[in-house]
Amino acid sequence: MTVKIDRELCIRCTGCVAVCPVGALDYQGNRIVVDPKKCTDCNICAKFCPMHALSVPGKPIKD
Amino acid sequence: MKEEYDVVVIGGGPAGTTAGRYAAENGASVLVVEKRDEIGAPKRCGEGLSSHAMELIGIKPEPTWAIQELEGAYVYAPSGKSVEARFTETAGYIIERKMFDKKLAYMAVDAGAEVLAGTRATSLIKEDGKITGVELLTFDEQKVKAKAKVVIGADGVESLTARWAGLNSSHKLTDICSSFQFEMGGLKLRDPHMLEIYMGNKVAPGGYVWVFPKGENRANVGIGLRANLPGRAYKYLVDFIKNHPGLKNGSVIEINGGGVPVGEPLETLVTDGFMVIGDAAHQVNAIHGGGIKEAIIAGRIAGKVAAEAVKKGDASKEVLKKYEDEWYSTEGNNLKRIVKLRRVVEQLSDDDLNFLAENIDGDTIIKLTQASKFTALAKILSKRPSLLRYVPLLLK
Ligand SMILES: Cc1cc2nc3c(=O)[nH]c(=O)nc-3n(C[C@H](O)[C@H](O)[C@H](O)COP(=O)(O)OP(=O)(O)OC[C@H]3O[C@@H](n4cnc5c(N)ncnc54)[C@H](O)[C@@H]3O)c2cc1C
Ligand code: SF4
Ligand code: SF4
Repeated sequence: MTVKIDRELCIRCTGCVAVCPVGALDYQGNRIVVDPKKCTDCNICAKFCPMHALSVPGKPIKD
Repeated sequence: MKEEYDVVVIGGGPAGTTAGRYAAENGASVLVVEKRDEIGAPKRCGEGLSSHAMELIGIKPEPTWAIQELEGAYVYAPSGKSVEARFTETAGYIIERKMFDKKLAYMAVDAGAEVLAGTRATSLIKEDGKITGVELLTFDEQKVKAKAKVVIGADGVESLTARWAGLNSSHKLTDICSSFQFEMGGLKLRDPHMLEIYMGNKVAPGGYVWVFPKGENRANVGIGLRANLPGRAYKYLVDFIKNHPGLKNGSVIEINGGGVPVGEPLETLVTDGFMVIGDAAHQVNAIHGGGIKEAIIAGRIAGKVAAEAVKKGDASKEVLKKYEDEWYSTEGNNLKRIVKLRRVVEQLSDDDLNFLAENIDGDTIIKLTQASKFTALAKILSKRPSLLRYVPLLLK
């Protein structure tokens, strides 16, 4: 599994790239991309995202 | 583009272009790469900049980018009471970041640096543990290498270069703010020369809402929340605007967001052949989240030190450490103290904030943001038994 990115919601702020502890996210070609080989499903990026654009399947974010 | 430079800077924000400019002015051959197709856009910024920051790099406000002169701020407590904080001299401006960042890039170019937008650094080249260049992906998807005596990581909050260089630069959720902003028109502002800051746990837990005027009836209206708390920045902001008589009928011109580092700056800012500056080094004023000035200050020091290292023919960490030492003694130690202040302020309840608003004056607020002294705040906190426990944290 890996984090899902809703590109309609994403405002390209790159905060998720900043908080990912393993460097699985990057901003390339004007969009956020995830490297599934690196992602550990830790959910930290989803907790950060100001837009709710990220989610790890099975790990909902409580608001 | 050449195969070899004295200095390669990764990131074309204020930190990177300032470093590029000062390295070039001091005789180095310089390349600045920026992965986005346009320097300055999209902005991730409320666009407030002090006049002092402009002076530091020898520029004067110009009407193309310094669009609203500022005299101070109204800081609102949850009760609705506002404290007026007026700066003594011309305080600063709301700037147009898209124009300002481009101006800094042109200044780097005019100093002799080469700037390349649409070009992303994909990794650092290392030889015998030293950083000796970067691998790049150009806008037309060419993989190229640029050798460098010094590489400067100026790649912003999302920095990966520092990690590639072996410095731990990822952000803890407790030390970063998740922020969201609308640029708006059609507003009724209290005074376009004054910033408006709204605090309170209902409005913005662990952060604040800002209204930064960009003219009579225009403003950046934004919010920062500490990222480890539940709740979404944009929802809080939409609610705030809905309930604010001067904002609720406004139009949205632009949507922005971003991460604002509000923890301590990185301890180590250099390794052999590498320096990290700006947001990438977490060099931000943690009480208000402003980082343009910090980026410029670090860029200026790092650019000069890089050029000196090139002249000496020695870019070892011992030589580059001059940047780290100078930055910490002029700016960094102050910023570290401000982190302490932030950790106290974010624990205050709405009641505490209301109490503060009744007891604090504007001058004290301004001094707090500059970290000259926290004694005046400590005195006020001492008046309320429930706040006494914060006093030692401030004076430590
Ligand atoms: C919502 C918000 C509001 C803010 N409001 C204010 C304010 O009012 N006043 C203030 O002073 N500060 C404010 N800040 C902070 C300020 O925007 C930053 O501190 C400042 O931009 C830092 O400058 P920098 O050059 O270090 O980084 P940036 O401006 O982020 O520049 C870094 C650049 O590096 C590029 N880059 C990244 N990776 C690579 C790579 N691999 N290859 C090539 N290029 C790369 C990025 O695309 C980016 O352009 C705000 C921040 C946010 C998020
Ligand atoms: S934090 Fe959210 S909005 Fe920001 S870039 Fe990442 S996915 Fe997009
Ligand atoms: S879930 Fe964790 S590891 Fe995966 S991208 Fe998000 S922060 Fe990185």
